[in-house]
Amino acid sequence: MSKFSLITDGFVKNNPTFVLVLGMCPTLATTTSAMNGLEMGLATLFVLVLSNIVISLISPMVPDKVHIPVYIVVIATFVTVLQLLLQAYLPSVYQTLGLFIPLIVVNCIVLGRAEAFANKNTVGDSALDGIGIGLGFTLSLTVIGIVREILGSGSIFGWKFIPGDGILAFVMAPGAFMVLGYLMVLFNKFAKKN
Amino acid sequence: MVLCLTGVCLVCAAILGGVNALTTNPIKEAAKKALVESIAKVLPEGGNLSDAQSAEGIDEYYVSSADTTVLAYAVKSTTIGFGGPLTVMVGVLPDGTVYNTSVLAHSETPGLGAKCTSDEGFMNQWKNFGPEKVLKVKKDGGDVDAITASTITSRAYTVAVEQAVNFVKSLNKQEE
Repeated sequence: MSKFSLITDGFVKNNPTFVLVLGMCPTLATTTSAMNGLEMGLATLFVLVLSNIVISLISPMVPDKVHIPVYIVVIATFVTVLQLLLQAYLPSVYQTLGLFIPLIVVNCIVLGRAEAFANKNTVGDSALDGIGIGLGFTLSLTVIGIVREILGSGSIFGWKFIPGDGILAFVMAPGAFMVLGYLMVLFNKFAKKN
Repeated sequence: MVLCLTGVCLVCAAILGGVNALTTNPIKEAAKKALVESIAKVLPEGGNLSDAQSAEGIDEYYVSSADTTVLAYAVKSTTIGFGGPLTVMVGVLPDGTVYNTSVLAHSETPGLGAKCTSDEGFMNQWKNFGPEKVLKVKKDGGDVDAITASTITSRAYTVAVEQAVNFVKSLNKQEE
């Protein structure tokens, strides 16, 4: 497997949202606008890369029986670090994402990649896998956010180009499911062709 | 096995302790900056600001005065919104006119109630909201334009402003 495909796999073949269908909670909840989706994606990317690196480093020393608790402790540490850093240096981002930052701990993508990839591969490959999956997640969330923001608020990245209120349902949970479903269909249709 | 888990937990706790120590001051400063900015936004320019003072029915208040004349009060007022506490800084002139308002903290639904921090129509109506106007949303027979589809947030916001205005009125009564 080439190093480059480690990153590109995260976008198409192993796209966390549209193919692996992991991490649905933040996907549905934080994509009310393109900016929120992007910020959530980047926050997850940060945790994913660091936890992948550390877990691939320590996994040979960790006995099988306790490997899940150890991974969760590592992930929770990075999430808390991220939360403190955001609170200190980007308080506005912290305000919007709020509750969903601590919930990255239980995001299946992070533990999933630790289990499926990082504990069997080298540090370098694990870091690349984290970047790939993280960027794939960020891209998916941003796209869902863009679609929901256009339909629900008539704007894109906060820039309003359709006057009026938009279709309210797309800002709320039902719209999240609808957009996710249709995007998943579209994505898989084009991904299979390639 | 036990040793490994204990070791990992110890290292992680040490890292968290370090990061916490490093970020405590920036977090405090960021919160203080947000507070100072919101006070500056809701008060008329000029005047010396007092320290925070606590009072019943509101969180705290600041007095802006020139010499011995009180120019305005900045009142921090909290109510329960749709998703949790909603904290608003309200600038009130001594005659009970709302000068301006600013949201300090909220957990309203993004795209709906959270518009109380971005919806210009909603935010601008608080500028010079006179004491003759009724502090209730229009649905309830008042003069406040609610945010579309976010009546609960708009009501909570209105109550927060009302608490602040009533507090200033009670201050005036004491002085008389």
